[in-house]
Amino acid sequence: MLQTAQRTAKSKTKKGAPPHERFLEAFRWMLLARTLEEKLVSLYRGGHITGGVYIGKGQEAVSVACGMFLQKGDVFAPLIRDQAGRSAFGEPLVDVARTYLGSVKGPMRGRDGNIHRGRPREGQLAMISHLGAMVPVVVGALMAKRWRGEKNFVGLTTIGEGGMQAGAFHEGMNIAAVEQVPLVIVATNNHYAYSTPNDREFACSDLVKRAVGYGFEGYRIDGTDLARCLDVIGGAVRRARAGRPPQLVVAEVLRLSGHGEHDDASYVTEDIKREPFARDCLKVVEKQVVDLDLVDAETLQAWRNEAAAKVEEAIATAQKEPAPDGAAEKWCAVSTPELVDFSLATDVGGA
Amino acid sequence: MSITYLEAIREAQAKVLRDDERVFIYGQDVGGTFGGAFKATKGLAKEFPGRVLNTPISEDAIVGTAIGAAIHGMRPIVEMQFADFSSIALNQILNNAGTHYWRTNIPVPITVRLPSGGTKGSGPFHSQSMESIYAHYPGLIVMTPATVEDAYTMLIEAVALDDPVVYCEHKYLYYHLKADKLPNDGWPVGKARIAREGRDLTIVSYSAMAQESLLAATELAREGFEIEVVDLRTVKPLDTDTVLASVARTGRLLAVGESFPWGGVTAEVVARVASAGFHLLDAPPVRINAKDTPIPYHPNLWSTHRPNAKVIAEKVRKLLRE
Repeated sequence: MLQTAQRTAKSKTKKGAPPHERFLEAFRWMLLARTLEEKLVSLYRGGHITGGVYIGKGQEAVSVACGMFLQKGDVFAPLIRDQAGRSAFGEPLVDVARTYLGSVKGPMRGRDGNIHRGRPREGQLAMISHLGAMVPVVVGALMAKRWRGEKNFVGLTTIGEGGMQAGAFHEGMNIAAVEQVPLVIVATNNHYAYSTPNDREFACSDLVKRAVGYGFEGYRIDGTDLARCLDVIGGAVRRARAGRPPQLVVAEVLRLSGHGEHDDASYVTEDIKREPFARDCLKVVEKQVVDLDLVDAETLQAWRNEAAAKVEEAIATAQKEPAPDGAAEKWCAVSTPELVDFSLATDVGGA
Repeated sequence: MSITYLEAIREAQAKVLRDDERVFIYGQDVGGTFGGAFKATKGLAKEFPGRVLNTPISEDAIVGTAIGAAIHGMRPIVEMQFADFSSIALNQILNNAGTHYWRTNIPVPITVRLPSGGTKGSGPFHSQSMESIYAHYPGLIVMTPATVEDAYTMLIEAVALDDPVVYCEHKYLYYHLKADKLPNDGWPVGKARIAREGRDLTIVSYSAMAQESLLAATELAREGFEIEVVDLRTVKPLDTDTVLASVARTGRLLAVGESFPWGGVTAEVVARVASAGFHLLDAPPVRINAKDTPIPYHPNLWSTHRPNAKVIAEKVRKLLRE
């Protein structure tokens, strides 16, 4: 399912040496994610998207590294700021467009929206909003794979420092270590849980210290440094796959958007915007691409154009498709037709 | 040979472990040589190595793990140590398992066993009946077996179903109910059963209260009343047709449940009969539930808090005079 970005990346003239062998490939996924999310924001502002839009601006370097080292047979449970990782893992752009626009042809068919999407049997779990809840679900999926005799698989789930304070997350980390499943948790400290800053979220000196307490191996990274994200998250995936204990990576960034696009993020202080981790990771990468002379300006522009064209195509496809119809819906939440509560379906449903 | 309700639950689990390699049991103290707080999994860890696993005290993560395994091809049975503690796992059961098929088109075949209901001296946190909460949410099947035979066949059926099942097994019935043998086939899931035929009044009940209702009916028979007892067996889906057909024969309805009185299964039964069968009724439909307080510890309080055959019989006599 991987799209064309990585294929064409290698065909271009490589002048300087990139700081990681998959640096340019990662850059192109980040570019695609940013382009897509900018488009989603513009559709939202124009009133074309119902509900919310949640973007990963500033977190693309971390997220892309989460998706890139996973392969077929692995399990990925992304959260709300993981467009780059989702795409790198293989989620088609049209899945995103269809879910945000509510097309019946999308994986969620208008029954769920925005970032609550996935293809669970293909390894991409569909998150619920309750934070921490997906951690044990990945653990169970990995246990199933072990029972079924599959080999060489790994699971990766993401969380923010906000979600790290939920009880479900603690239970999930603990049970992952008890079951010794090949799990990587990538936690991005973007310094705000919606509007609440770190000092009202947790009191430990460094979130990565929790790894030891749960029986994980832990690493801390600057989430605005793509090469470092690729090194460390790629390494964590490799170690989990090789049978090391579960891995925790904590990345420091600043969320460069509101919680959702309805939120102007006016609570983000000017001081924190001057912190080193407040850099825009995509701009950092773009500067490295130019400074290290990795590709010429013409190629860079061609990549931007290609990303924009793919996004336009996905959106245009979804926009042409039918929306769900409440009158045609079967309103059936169980898969066994004879166990539908018939009285509810006839007396209440749709009334 | 005689077999108890509790033994039937153990035997059903042994059977599904034997017949289906996708099945595993996951819960607190279920494994090792211990076999669960009530011994519902006694000996199974030894008979099925690696498939009956003790867990940390993490109800949320236990169910979450089961969900992940189920999505990826397994058939987990989760044992909650007490139904009361499933409150900690509500999020996973309601919001994850209950929504998954609707959202993604992929069902989540987990069975969550809830040792439910009151026993003497168990108090507020080891006595609850949670079926109404689970039945309220879409996407779940809620079973409430009242007989040894149903305890056995419905648990086997629960594991076979593709949908998430909340299986409410009553702790009071564990040792009190016995059968001569286990059946090969059960009554279909989702269908209520006429547990006793009668023509004067219909009692609709389930789980331990179905047994109390049968006792009340026996007592009332000595006074010349013929009481029909409908055992719902599953409360979601709720077999409205069987209930209405019974009320059509008797003209009177009493719904009996052990859970708290606000809303719940008995309210649902009364609402459905009042709405779809108002013309069938010769008297207002009535219900009996536990009291609207936490469940008391002391037997003197508990025996008053919980409905029983005596209270049911009194209510029936009153209703028959109307």
